[in-house]
Amino acid sequence: MVLTADDVKKIAYLARLGIDHQDIESYARDLSNMLDLMKQMGETDTGGVLPMAHPMDQIQRLRVDDVTETNNRDNFQKIAPLVEDGLYLVPKVIE
Amino acid sequence: MHNKSIKEIAKGLRCGDFSSVELTQLFLSRIKQHAQLNCYVTVTEELALKAARQADAKIAQGDTSLLTGIPIAQKDIFCTQGVKTSCGSKMLDNFIAPYNATVVEKLNAAGAVMLGKLNMDEFAMGSSNETSYYGPVKNPWHTNSVPGGSSGGSSAAVAARLSVCATGTDTGGSIRQPAAHCGITGLKPTYGRVSRFGMIAYASSLDQGGPMARSAEDTAILLQAMSGFDPKDSTSLDLPVPDYSAALDKDIKGLKIGLPKEFFGDGLNNDVALVIEKAIEEYKKLGAELKEVSMPNLKLAIPAYYVIAPAECSANLSRFDGVRFGHRCDNPQDLADLYTRSRGEGFGKEVKRRILMGTYALSAGYYDAYYLKAQKIRRLISDDFKKALSEVDVIMGPVAPTTAFGLGEKIDNPIEMYLSDIYTIAINLAGLPAMSLPIGFSEGKPVGLQIIGDYFAEDRLLNIAHQYQMVSDWHRQIPKGFE
Amino acid sequence: MENYQENWESVIGLEIHAQLATQSKIFSGASTAYGAEPNTQACAVDLGLPGVLPVLNEQAVSFAVKFGLAIDAEIAPYSVFARKNYFYPDLPKGYQISQFELPIVGNGHLDIDVDGETKRIGITRAHLEEDAGKSLHESFHGMSGIDLNRAGTPLLEIVSEPELRSAKEAVAYMRKMHELVRYLGICDGNMQEGSFRCDANVSVRPKGQQEFGTRAEIKNINSFKFVEKAINHEIERQIELIESGGKVVQETRLYDANKDETRSMRSKEEANDYRYFPDPDLLPVEITEIFKAQIKAQLPELPAAKKQRFTEQYGLDCESAGILTSSRQLSDYFESLVKESLCEAKLCANWITGDLLASLNKTDLDIADSPVSYQRLAGLLIRINDQTISGKIAKQVFELMWQSNSTADEIIDEKGLKQITDTGAIEAIIDRIIAENPGQVEQYLSGKDKVFGFFVGQVMKEMQGKANPAEVNKMLKAKLK
Repeated sequence: MVLTADDVKKIAYLARLGIDHQDIESYARDLSNMLDLMKQMGETDTGGVLPMAHPMDQIQRLRVDDVTETNNRDNFQKIAPLVEDGLYLVPKVIE
Repeated sequence: MHNKSIKEIAKGLRCGDFSSVELTQLFLSRIKQHAQLNCYVTVTEELALKAARQADAKIAQGDTSLLTGIPIAQKDIFCTQGVKTSCGSKMLDNFIAPYNATVVEKLNAAGAVMLGKLNMDEFAMGSSNETSYYGPVKNPWHTNSVPGGSSGGSSAAVAARLSVCATGTDTGGSIRQPAAHCGITGLKPTYGRVSRFGMIAYASSLDQGGPMARSAEDTAILLQAMSGFDPKDSTSLDLPVPDYSAALDKDIKGLKIGLPKEFFGDGLNNDVALVIEKAIEEYKKLGAELKEVSMPNLKLAIPAYYVIAPAECSANLSRFDGVRFGHRCDNPQDLADLYTRSRGEGFGKEVKRRILMGTYALSAGYYDAYYLKAQKIRRLISDDFKKALSEVDVIMGPVAPTTAFGLGEKIDNPIEMYLSDIYTIAINLAGLPAMSLPIGFSEGKPVGLQIIGDYFAEDRLLNIAHQYQMVSDWHRQIPKGFE
Repeated sequence: MENYQENWESVIGLEIHAQLATQSKIFSGASTAYGAEPNTQACAVDLGLPGVLPVLNEQAVSFAVKFGLAIDAEIAPYSVFARKNYFYPDLPKGYQISQFELPIVGNGHLDIDVDGETKRIGITRAHLEEDAGKSLHESFHGMSGIDLNRAGTPLLEIVSEPELRSAKEAVAYMRKMHELVRYLGICDGNMQEGSFRCDANVSVRPKGQQEFGTRAEIKNINSFKFVEKAINHEIERQIELIESGGKVVQETRLYDANKDETRSMRSKEEANDYRYFPDPDLLPVEITEIFKAQIKAQLPELPAAKKQRFTEQYGLDCESAGILTSSRQLSDYFESLVKESLCEAKLCANWITGDLLASLNKTDLDIADSPVSYQRLAGLLIRINDQTISGKIAKQVFELMWQSNSTADEIIDEKGLKQITDTGAIEAIIDRIIAENPGQVEQYLSGKDKVFGFFVGQVMKEMQGKANPAEVNKMLKAKLK
């Protein structure tokens, strides 16, 4: 499997990830090499094998429906790049 | 003073031989003296001295916690309230965490004195500490070599006596491999043993925090304080934590050690193999029995890992978008520009490589071939371990195929770097506990032995490592210039 | 307007988003209360700060199971949360925690009534997910402001089969669902606050054609009126497009209520690859038989069953029973009234569906906020029943009760509205009226029965309505023989 520069650009946009123009080729090469490495997975028979998402076969614990958090906006917004009137500001959202 | 074990320090503090403030000052000055190792991203001098004063007061009042007044350091992946938590990334260079990770809370509660935050590969992605925004850490044994990664700041700091012990995290070997390369003891616990709350996620189903120290004895004490159920982490295990120190002295006669033939094949450096053989001989002398076991799917661990970990990371790192915290680009033109540029500027090359890989593996049309397939392979690998561990008590083998490689040697060849994680990665996929302990040197660089146990068998691993350390002194070696 | 339906058939499926009425969020301990100052109810987990983790709210799971049981659905013994990846400023983590392959509620159904006929609508699935925050577009120097208070509010997304065939059916389905979730107490149903909203998938096909046409998805419709208008508009748009040689493209459209039109939302469309995968921070949710049984035991009587019971137990007609069971509060009011007044159920039903609902509608009040409690209304009905007042007078008394806190008896006493039962007094008036109107008497006696009404009217007028009309009739008939 070989990824092209165009593939890399598409993936990068999906991930909203700016990448330097001169790096695109090297990403394409690295990713292609990684995909090569993955070929051996395809050669392994996994028929009837259950996918494993977690190391433990545990089930989700449930939390009692209590309000435990209080307003901590000032603290949280101290580390925010841009806020006004308690709102996080971003370039205009167009729907 | 800085070469003492936790127990020795605890005793010294209580006998009045020295105070926690004195000890803390000593470590702070050593950190300054050896700044060229680049172990620390942030040194929290004032906070440390304040905590040391409090510890001294508590000890005077009869406090008995072994960690009270002990200088430790946190990998910069654990959120520390009011202190910069960078995760080794430009993205979080300005991030002052508004809360503590559960591990930090626990160690604070145990009375430990935090000296600062330790350097690491960016977002824990790397095996050499060279992907850090803050520059590489140098191996105290050989300063032209890497300390290993991603917990390279932790391993180098402990080896160079710039902290008594440290926390680390291990997603594919990030505690064990740097511990091996720096000649210290490190343990990756069973997945779920240590809370992940406040530990910045790389690959959530693989990440596990753990202790890094000079000996199994210290490691046991640190693990005791870090472990336990946390209601804030859905994947945290709701099980009692055994007394890890209590198990250390047990006789290991009759211990059945499994040696997977796949761990000793091509790719393992001859010198490293010889050192490992010697250590295993030592275990035979201690009464252990050896048995060959097989891990037929081991070779698939790397491809499976490099699908699963990047896939999870590609989503975990989406929250770094320049809106609520972290790096934001100047003058974004529109939303897409805000995201693309903030993330483009904030993340380094290895992080980007993995985000791209994960995004691709999850995208429409490829999910089954990559992600789902990798999850099935994960089950096969886990089953291999289950089978092997039903025949033997523990599995032993190398941590890494070579000793610490040179700075800059592999950074431009990511695949080669990935392949060096072959012996550690499979353990994360299975979620098993494993540790690394120092067992000798090859050309002046430390070699580590990996011991892999069954789920929740941390006490057994520590016992086995401790018994070796009772009859060897590799863990007492100090790199030159750091005595 | 619906003549286009002659050649075309529309195919509609609804995705309803019901906010679950939990105290705290689905994955955090922050409050879900509506209307707080921006970002004061967004905790570290809701903000997606580094290192924080989700823990699932038990009540949200119970509510989803409750819903599943109410629509006769399969409840998944194991269900899985997945991450839906996309970048949007109201989505702090860059992914929404939702369910994809293994939703908690599987196949079920809901019966709707349209034009007197009952139609069964299939429900494909219902899954749990977290709500997003809100983007405010008022100008902040040309920027948008993000409020994440709503982020993490539990949602149940209920997906219907594409079995609705008109906007009218879609509205009936949505109303029925709205009624159900409120009955179950799992959603407050407040549509202005966005607690209950829907997306509609709309396509058209020539009548008789089996395969579906290309569908467009209309996003975020938050009123019954808009559902009907938006769907009708979209159907017309698609038909016109096809008939003029165009092609419907699969896309997301936004309904603009001001302009009554839908428009394409290309911004949300581009690169729409959500890369779902199981959320590694959460484990599979297990629903045991015991858990299911416990919830089943808490299930209230559902609207359809209650309506049936009302017709059988109280002898009500279908229409009244339907109205009275349209909300739990209303049916409770009715049953309390019957019990309290011991009057005939039909009388109780008539008063509720008549005067009470009319007054509530006029003042835009909900039954829960009715100024006349069932106890006070019962007091009034008792006086009708024991003939203290006539039905006509009762309406006056009800008006006064609406405006005051007085009981019916207090008003009847105060205003002297008690029915006159003294037959002597009535007889005297009747005699006088017969004497004063010899012409009408003659007409009546010659066979003009209609004139009888004149006499009743005169007598009631004299008695200011306080005589029992039946008694007056009886006496008049006797006198005029």
